[in-house]
Amino acid sequence: MKNWMLGLAFVCVIPACVTINIYFPAAAAEKAADKIIDEVWQLKNGAEKHTDKQQEPAAPSAQ
Amino acid sequence: MKKILLGLMLLGTLIGSQFVAAAADLEVNTPAITAIKNSMQARHTQLGPFYSSGAIGLTKDGLITVKDANAVPLAQRGALTGLVKDENADRSKLYKEIAVANGHPEWQAEIQSTFAGRWIDKAQSGWWVQDAGGWTQK
Repeated sequence: MKNWMLGLAFVCVIPACVTINIYFPAAAAEKAADKIIDEVWQLKNGAEKHTDKQQEPAAPSAQ
Repeated sequence: MKKILLGLMLLGTLIGSQFVAAAADLEVNTPAITAIKNSMQARHTQLGPFYSSGAIGLTKDGLITVKDANAVPLAQRGALTGLVKDENADRSKLYKEIAVANGHPEWQAEIQSTFAGRWIDKAQSGWWVQDAGGWTQK
């Protein structure tokens, strides 16, 4: 009787652990990727939006 | 007897919930991952101008490649090839380390393809990115 109940408990518990873990956590992976890319490209401060275009000289002064 | 069973069930639920919590976030704070990240961050200051000039582009498999060597002065081409090679080595190592750090080395390919999409999404305008149809400029 005891063995039977133990068996049932394991049958219920073990697949619960396994099924959660075999699937690739796509959303978590995207979150992790975003975090790492932001750090590698230093996108957090928004400074990357600025493009370093060559400064055009100011309009020639009247001469 | 019922108490034992109930206890086991409770234990099972607790263990199960820990797995759920672990699955909510991927572990990316190991020393190995941090080291790769720092190395890539330092290299990016050198790679930045090459992305902008179209000399290199982001591939659909989460790596980078020399796309237009002619956009680079001859004298710099050797250095660029080395940078691209080092960057790709770091990227491959990064994908592998994330998979290993989370106890699933078999996730490496999926992590790589997730990164591929995110690199391209976050690329600055003017950079060249590769998709199923070929190269496009953002």
